[in-house]
Amino acid sequence: MATSDQAVRPSPPAPVSRQDGRSPWGRRYRKYLVPWLFALPILLINVVVVIGPSLSAIYYSLTDWSGIGAGEFIGLENYRRILFQDMNYRRAFLNNIAWLSFFLTVPFAVSLFAASMLARIRRGSMFFRTALFIPYVLPAVITASIWRNLLSPTLGIGALLSDWGIPGLDVAWLGRPQTALLSIAFVDNWHFWGFLMVLFLSAMQGIPPELYEAARIDGASRWQEFRHITVPGIRPTIVFMLLMVAIWSFLVFDYVWILTQGGPAGSSEVLGTLVYKEAFMRFEAGYASAIGLTMSFLAGLIISLFLYLRRRGWEI
Amino acid sequence: MKRFFRRGRDISLAPNYILIVILVLFALGPVVIVGFNSVKDAASIGRNPLGPPTEFKWQNFPQAWEIGNFSTTTRNSLILVVGTVTSVLALGGMAAYALARLKLPGGGLLMLYLLVGSSLPVQLFLVPLFFLWRNLGLVNNLFGLIIIYVAVHSPFAIFLLRSYLVGIPPDFEDAARVDGANEWQVFTVIILPLSWPAFLTVGLVVGLGVWNEFLLATVFLTEQHLFTVVTSYYNFTSRFSRDWSLTSAAAVMMIAPILVLFLTLQRRFIAGLTQGGLKG
Repeated sequence: MATSDQAVRPSPPAPVSRQDGRSPWGRRYRKYLVPWLFALPILLINVVVVIGPSLSAIYYSLTDWSGIGAGEFIGLENYRRILFQDMNYRRAFLNNIAWLSFFLTVPFAVSLFAASMLARIRRGSMFFRTALFIPYVLPAVITASIWRNLLSPTLGIGALLSDWGIPGLDVAWLGRPQTALLSIAFVDNWHFWGFLMVLFLSAMQGIPPELYEAARIDGASRWQEFRHITVPGIRPTIVFMLLMVAIWSFLVFDYVWILTQGGPAGSSEVLGTLVYKEAFMRFEAGYASAIGLTMSFLAGLIISLFLYLRRRGWEI
Repeated sequence: MKRFFRRGRDISLAPNYILIVILVLFALGPVVIVGFNSVKDAASIGRNPLGPPTEFKWQNFPQAWEIGNFSTTTRNSLILVVGTVTSVLALGGMAAYALARLKLPGGGLLMLYLLVGSSLPVQLFLVPLFFLWRNLGLVNNLFGLIIIYVAVHSPFAIFLLRSYLVGIPPDFEDAARVDGANEWQVFTVIILPLSWPAFLTVGLVVGLGVWNEFLLATVFLTEQHLFTVVTSYYNFTSRFSRDWSLTSAAAVMMIAPILVLFLTLQRRFIAGLTQGGLKG
């Protein structure tokens, strides 16, 4: 490992003197070993925490395993249960699809609109940008608790509006099966859209201003400018964020768990909360691994669809 | 919409300002209301749940601090943040240095591995990881959770630091090597002082992510004396959900440090976060 005058050092990365570079051993040491000594610690941690357990999840998904001791190998039984039997899974999956369609539309519409408004403003633009970004840095437990109160039928915004003579909004938004999931999505979006807006805003600053001037000379309306200059100008950012948001939509956990734990009566159950319940409350760790694997599969499916469309010549 | 032109170019920006101010009120209104309610007593919240306070009950803060056990939870959260940030910066910085500067053989594969690893959802490895950690005695152990946070955050750190290090001119390092410095000395004496802005950005993003993290902290720290600020607040609000004044006071104490730090270093925060630091 080291030349005669260079003792083996106990800890990475060992010092290398210029002389070592001249002998064949020293050169190899310098070229291969030293760089890998720098990269190895973090790689080991990543293998132990992420890749190892991810691979073992594939095995555990084929077992009946409570989390203690060895699991009993049951082949594809867990997946049969997911596909043909488990109504909770089906409902959670459909809720994830609903979540996906909400998050691919509402935050994008709001933040594109706001960013195009803000892009024209000079005075105060930094202040507005910072203010709109603030909800994104708050922890989910805080955001959730704020909105749990604001959506309350007795103390929240609905109650205030009803006092002002606008009735009908003072309902238990989070407590009714019809509105629970939509309300959670609204709260998560309150926290999220400012982030999207800032991304779009900085992308818009890359659009050459001459394009807008030319459009104005041609008498284009604001909508036409937005439609034909702004959106095409930041299309790579929009498409990339659509992809990321689609992936995240299958992994959502925090807001649903904090606000309703999937209730009432399972009406806001998503796959993320189902994994948690199966693994840590029902001690079905094998089955939970299988659900987790299907979530990754869905995220992978989104990426594959994206790559497929791109290969088919879609400019995304 | 009526439009008029100033000096032939500027379209009136009044509608833009009005709409943006409405959105700012939507974004900040709820935060302001929490501030209001943190100093009201429970009875006046019942009468006036959303408006500004008429009397100031500062007593809410020490009371929430006591009931929420903030001294313990703040300590736990700080241990997690400091432990994770220093490890990510040290170990991730070393890997980034190897990738950017030492022509790491197989570096492309390592990057690909990190890219795949960072796109795997937590839910995929959460269940086996939990039972592995339990067998190793790392559940209900702050150090055990730090290891997980380091693994989860390091790909982002490595990518960002690497792209920064690639841009530093190699002359300084070469000069140091000619003077006989070894790679470790080059890294600590030359590279770190030159690239502190990137390290600061990564530190802020990772620190914020750890401070706010919920799922892993809930799963891996189940004993009360190990609760973080976030998981303790979650329990606190489940127990005291009726008491909006106490939960607001606790919320203010939790978000005040975040907001101060964010407002002081907001450019760096926004730049780091929009480069892919945290999931939505």
